[in-house]
Amino acid sequence: MKRLVPYIALAAFASVPLWLHDPYLLNAFITTGILIVAAMSLNLLLGYTGQLSLGHVAFFGIGAYTSALVSLGFDVELIGGIRVVHEPWPVWTGFVIGTLVAALCGYAVGKLSFKVRGAYFVIVTISFAEVVRLVALNWVELTQGPLALTSIPPMTLGFPGVGYLDFYSKQSNYYLVLAVLVVSYIVIQRLVYSRVGRAMIALKENESLAVSVGIDVTRYLVLAAIFSAGIAGAAGSLYAHYLKIIDPDVFAFLYTVTMVIMVISGGKGTLAGPIVGGLIFGFIPVAARSFATPEIQWILYGLLMIIIVFVLPKGIVPAVEKWFSAPNTSVDPEPLQAKMHDTP
Amino acid sequence: MSTMPSNASQPVLSVEHIAVHFGGLIAITDMSFVVNQGEIVSLIGPNGAGKTTAFNVITGFLRPTKGEVRYKNTSLSNLKPHEVTSLGLARTFQRTSVFQSVTVFENVMIGLHRRSRSTLLDTLLALPREGRAEAELRSLAHELLEIVGIARRADELAGSLSYGDQRLLGVALALATDPSMLLLDEPVSGMNATETARFMELLNKLHGRGMSILLVEHDVPMVMGVSDRIVVLNYGRIIAEGPPAAIRGNPEVIRAYLGEGASRHAAH
Ligand SMILES: Nc1ncnc2c1ncn2[C@@H]1O[C@H](COP(=O)(O)OP(=O)(O)OP(=O)(O)O)[C@@H](O)[C@H]1O
Ligand SMILES: [Mg+2]
Repeated sequence: MKRLVPYIALAAFASVPLWLHDPYLLNAFITTGILIVAAMSLNLLLGYTGQLSLGHVAFFGIGAYTSALVSLGFDVELIGGIRVVHEPWPVWTGFVIGTLVAALCGYAVGKLSFKVRGAYFVIVTISFAEVVRLVALNWVELTQGPLALTSIPPMTLGFPGVGYLDFYSKQSNYYLVLAVLVVSYIVIQRLVYSRVGRAMIALKENESLAVSVGIDVTRYLVLAAIFSAGIAGAAGSLYAHYLKIIDPDVFAFLYTVTMVIMVISGGKGTLAGPIVGGLIFGFIPVAARSFATPEIQWILYGLLMIIIVFVLPKGIVPAVEKWFSAPNTSVDPEPLQAKMHDTP
Repeated sequence: MSTMPSNASQPVLSVEHIAVHFGGLIAITDMSFVVNQGEIVSLIGPNGAGKTTAFNVITGFLRPTKGEVRYKNTSLSNLKPHEVTSLGLARTFQRTSVFQSVTVFENVMIGLHRRSRSTLLDTLLALPREGRAEAELRSLAHELLEIVGIARRADELAGSLSYGDQRLLGVALALATDPSMLLLDEPVSGMNATETARFMELLNKLHGRGMSILLVEHDVPMVMGVSDRIVVLNYGRIIAEGPPAAIRGNPEVIRAYLGEGASRHAAH
């Protein structure tokens, strides 16, 4: 039964554009879906290796800007009068390059900071995000700074001789996001349920012991950072080509916080956690818009977060799983055994 | 070299003039000893003598202030712990150390990390090799749990095991790395008599397979029973070394363990 849940969920989500025609709600689904992909990527680091990346939005933004610039083209003058001119490339190459550049940044940040882990990793990631935001804000020639990059083309998949697909409509964007989400889910699932994932869990649980059985800490943390950053970059690319405009606000700390909230409320270290948490926190503003001002919405957001963390400290998904398996464990002879141990 | 009758007296591990200083505290001074192929050597000494510190140096968890450790003629000086492990040197920890929140079976699967032949690409693309490698690991994991005798506990959370069983799981984790030498830090501390007896059986079984073993243990009867040689440490200094019979009667050892009065008493 439990194995069927992902397939049922996928079928349900695939059916949404068939019966939901309200563009406002469809838009909410798409942007929430993009944020869920980002939250899933954060979960790989936070949930499985235990490292908190509080600058995670940097990878998202780097993916967005890179993908937009690759598909828009640019013409910049570097120090020393060297000019770099880039003609627009097909949008799908932007998606690929955006993902790879973000992954490369993940590699760099991972290499730099995992030697000193914990609080230092948090600080390095925050600083990294801030530096990238300042670059996006001030390198006006490349990024248009606060004026934003506009007229970003929608995603197009071209195959010479076969034809091409473009993603203008909300429906098609919905399916694009769903497809990227499914692929990311599978990649993360493959990693987590393999020796790679076991190594990550081992490092989180007991690092000295992990190292003593021959697990190379740096290698696995960096590997997690690469995949995590790459998936965040892919989400960023989707975001840029869907909204068709991006400005340095994509690097806002608030987005990272949103991702962290999605992961923690849904259940970090579970595959479904970021999806459940993402749906809840992605749709609060939608549900609340009819009766609450944006300020009130944020208060609701915060309250709900606090309630979830207090009532279900491990998150929603682990709690639901436990609840479903509870009938089996409650008939276990556990209490009996405990009693036997108590008797001297 | 060719005149040697067997390789039984070849040193596999040699500790050469190791010194460890923690700031002003001298934990180990000029420590040198060897462990030969297939030998069980015990490192004993009172609390704080520097036994665990010696383990940490040998396995790369701690850089010595002076000296060098060699394993099968490879210097371990600049190796990280996971690299030392991949040379075939595995350790257990004095404080019980298992991956608490996963099952016993998953613990051993983690321990088998170095034994898998699947690559990242195999994993991501779910290639057949990945499935075969995982199946192989699972059967190895079952085997290891059988060897240490906790196969019945395979599906329980490691954290819920009894103390003795957690110690055994710790040994299974070390064995999972396919070592040629084991370093055991007080493996039977906290075990009851039956568990200790079972553990000694396991030790003999491993010894019989040619495993070299360096043992730190406070349980003197056990040490006397299993060791080929004993190295005695006191205040970071080696004060005696030899077969159990010689150590038992060594006045300096008795003095170190029982204090001045006892040694005078023993001498009479
Ligand atoms: N990381 C450290 N920093 C400072 N001092 C340390 C450190 N590790 C050990 N020591 C000190 O070094 C000395 C040797 O400690 P060690 O743990 O090696 O003793 P041991 O022989 O294993 O003792 P026990 O039988 O109690 O386990 C002790 O005085 C201890 O306090
Ligand atoms: Mg010790």
